[in-house]
Amino acid sequence: MRLLAFETATRRPSVALWQDGATIERAEEVPNGGSERLLPWMHELLAEAGLTLAQIDGIAFGAGPGGFTGLRLACGVAQGLAWGLDLPVMPVSTLEALALASGKREVWACLDARMNEVYSAVYLVDGAAVQQVTAPVCLPPAVVPAPTVAGVWGVGDGFAAYGDLLIAGKRDLAGVRADVCPTAAAVLRIAAPAFARGDAVSPAQAQPIYVRDKVAFTTAERIARGGAK
Amino acid sequence: MKVLGIESSCDETGVALYDTERGLLGHAVHTQVAMHAAYGGVVPELASRDHVRRLIPLLERVLADAGCTRHDIDAIAYTAGPGLAGALLVGASFAEALALALDIPALPVHHLEGHLLSPLLGIDAPNFPFIALLVSGGHTQLMRVTRVGAYQLLGESLDDAAGEAFDKTAKLLGLGYPGGPALAKLAESGRPGRYKLPRPMLNSGDLSFSFSGLKTAVLTAARAHELTEADRADLAAEFQEAVTEVLAAKAVAACRQHRLSSLVVAGGVGANRRLRQRLDEAMAKIGGRVFYPELELCTDNGAMIAFAGSQRLLQGDVADSTRGAFVVRPRWPLDQLS
Repeated sequence: MRLLAFETATRRPSVALWQDGATIERAEEVPNGGSERLLPWMHELLAEAGLTLAQIDGIAFGAGPGGFTGLRLACGVAQGLAWGLDLPVMPVSTLEALALASGKREVWACLDARMNEVYSAVYLVDGAAVQQVTAPVCLPPAVVPAPTVAGVWGVGDGFAAYGDLLIAGKRDLAGVRADVCPTAAAVLRIAAPAFARGDAVSPAQAQPIYVRDKVAFTTAERIARGGAK
Repeated sequence: MKVLGIESSCDETGVALYDTERGLLGHAVHTQVAMHAAYGGVVPELASRDHVRRLIPLLERVLADAGCTRHDIDAIAYTAGPGLAGALLVGASFAEALALALDIPALPVHHLEGHLLSPLLGIDAPNFPFIALLVSGGHTQLMRVTRVGAYQLLGESLDDAAGEAFDKTAKLLGLGYPGGPALAKLAESGRPGRYKLPRPMLNSGDLSFSFSGLKTAVLTAARAHELTEADRADLAAEFQEAVTEVLAAKAVAACRQHRLSSLVVAGGVGANRRLRQRLDEAMAKIGGRVFYPELELCTDNGAMIAFAGSQRLLQGDVADSTRGAFVVRPRWPLDQLS
């Protein structure tokens, strides 16, 4: 099985190619979101593997949560390729990919959601199997559901932004790795068995997972809150 | 040659398939107006989210209507700017990836180039050179167009766009959002002249516009006394007279200055009946005439993007393959196009 994956939910976008269990990847911190890098990286990986797009069996992407614009970049590219090549798509949770990318077993995955909130979930990682302990939420760092046992690793840029608030008064963590980002390679390790199980969806069904669903107030809500029309 | 057009710069998702031999084979637009109405204006994040949901279903509908498959597409044109950054990115990322998948060229198109070439999609098309008046919720510009790709900005609004002034004034008159078309409808039953509104920059001697003061003048008039339904209609009528008088006068002045007899009008406000009436009369007086896009192509759509892309292709204006590297340009002056 040959798969491509795109992960652009954080400041470090990445692209990866999976060929029967072997993964090659391009990733780099970029200032402007990665639209200038993503597809050229894909070409490099295909050339390196001696493959063409026609030999790809499926497309995976980091569906979120994460930066909204980044989620849509990965989704748009995945949809465009998959629709053009008539391939199935596998949306993968960015927080699960982050947990897997950390290389730790018990992981509290937190990404900076801006506006004084984080995207957060707790996972148990066994090989490439990522089991959800608490579901992804978007909440202020002081009130997100923390691990209920000691010895869990805190992972992701949420800890760089709000480390003190996240950790204060919680169970002892094994340590914190705020520099770890979700990667396309991790997306592929999660996606590959999902493709094999037949969990993939059509390109039109492949959508970002925003988690933060309330992004604006209606006129009626603003008036009710005592604001102006 | 069949060119797919994708438009997602603001609150309309548009997809179309244009054939350089047979014309427009299919086009579909999903407007988000109803979704944004509850918020009193376009919410960029919601607009972007909706584009992602709508794009593929619209594309599949257009191809089915055209009796074509993905393998019939020869090139993909998409709106690369100007517009809302996040919204533009939806169309751009999909289009660039799809072009690679199908191994065909991707063409980034300027949204306003799409609008100003859209009358050329009609049966009765103008010849170059011509003056173009672009009037929408986001733009009010006069351009001199000598050929595809050669656009000289002659004048533009220094503040609100004409369509923006319509929508804001409609809001003041309690017509909701977006109230421009409702205001034009209300104006039909009103008497212009009972209220006196300024004609901003009518005699400025240049081709610039200013519409924000007009909205303030309406507010002042509206606050002077409790408005009856008839008062509101009269105020709407006077407002429409003021905007259309200035637009028509400056468009004709541009044609005179450049000794051109063809005026092209594009953008959502180009659908306004009073504006059309005034422009037709004023251009007839100088022995010229006005060309409009089909009514359904006045607002944002994929057809104009497919068409603009096809004209670029025919002209050989295709950049070397970027291997899928792309940027969107939320701010992109039209006269910087080459």
